Amino acid sequence: MADQPTATERFIQGVLPENPVYRQLLGLCPVLAVSNNMKAAVTMAASVTFVLLCANVVTSLIRNLLKPHLRIVVFTLTIATFVTIADRILAAYLYQMSKTLGPYIPLIIVNCIIICRCEVCASKQSVFTAASDAIGQSLGFALALSSIAAIREILGTGMFFELRVLPAAWPDWVIMALPPGAFLTFGVMLAAINWISSNK
Amino acid sequence: MSYLTDIFLIALGAALINNFVLYYFVGICPFVGVSRRVEMAFGMGCAVTFVITIAAFLCWVITTFILMPGAPLSKWVAGFFVSADVAAGIDLTILSYIVYIFAISSSVQFVEMYVRKFFPVLYSSFGVFLPLITTNCAILFACLTIMSNIVGVDNPADAWDLGRSLTLAIFGGVGFTIAIVIMAGIREDLELCDIPKPFQGVAITLIVGGILAMAFMGFTGVDSGLRNAMIPM
Repeated sequence: MADQPTATERFIQGVLPENPVYRQLLGLCPVLAVSNNMKAAVTMAASVTFVLLCANVVTSLIRNLLKPHLRIVVFTLTIATFVTIADRILAAYLYQMSKTLGPYIPLIIVNCIIICRCEVCASKQSVFTAASDAIGQSLGFALALSSIAAIREILGTGMFFELRVLPAAWPDWVIMALPPGAFLTFGVMLAAINWISSNK
Repeated sequence: MSYLTDIFLIALGAALINNFVLYYFVGICPFVGVSRRVEMAFGMGCAVTFVITIAAFLCWVITTFILMPGAPLSKWVAGFFVSADVAAGIDLTILSYIVYIFAISSSVQFVEMYVRKFFPVLYSSFGVFLPLITTNCAILFACLTIMSNIVGVDNPADAWDLGRSLTLAIFGGVGFTIAIVIMAGIREDLELCDIPKPFQGVAITLIVGGILAMAFMGFTGVDSGLRNAMIPM
């Protein structure tokens, strides 16, 4: 396994060079759906981090037992178990937030980021590498999600984390908080990132 | 409210007003990935509609008879092991996510094998998309919506029956097809345009999606207006 990236490389790659959202275009569903305010975005990112970390660690522990044709099923069931745990924890401690996020927490099960990391990294490498990969990728995901959420919340309501940052005279761009705003913000951000990286 | 009105409103809501792709953002991956040509987009849309209907049927059956609190089948099975009043209180909803994802992926596998064996023509037109849509969020989303309308309601009489659930699934699939075919039509023409370099590829697709979502916002409020008009006060 000499050609596999080390734990540190995995961590660094996840945050920017291989950012799951902007570079690999994975897990777009929550990025578009729960990015209309920062609180929801942070909760979502925390849930994804929890599920990704646990799923990667468990997959890495059982990687020698996996049969090739059954591995996807095992990944999915592992992820579904941890998503159920995350969903119950949210419902117990942050009831209002779990109502707001609604179906998007269970939809983490079919989020491609997690199954992709299980397949690419955790099913081949040691527990430590898998965990650092999970943290790197989740950090990258959290950065992407909160960058979009920040733009949408500030322009859409003039507030950031429900604190007013723009003057009260700001005409709220309601469209930014509605579904079209998600597509437009993400499209423009993606183009900006392409532009910056091609100018390097 | 009459049953037909309810069905009609669910259908309209799922297909246009709360479009799966443009309002709930589920099924974005094929929306961006497979929307390059109209025929492919249409094939993908048909495959999704097909699978979503089967998944919704399974999901309704599983939820009503096994998972929901006091479901008949689990009550009957548990009756062999514990006393009757304990068995009546059995609530398996905590298992729902695991059960749904398992039901979806295994049914997709079976459907794929069946279609390949018995309908080769159908298979060549949309069979290639079948494995892809196991992890399509739209399918699980439909199941979760149905579940929340069975388990989440306060009054047991309001729980969705099979007809309502299937209507949601079929018209959700139709809404997905409408969105992805429109998108593919626009993208075919986009290839002739001179797009600035950073915007090429996914970025411009998302911006076009944003404009489409704005157009679909025009449907907002149609359902409540119709509801008010159809229910005699």
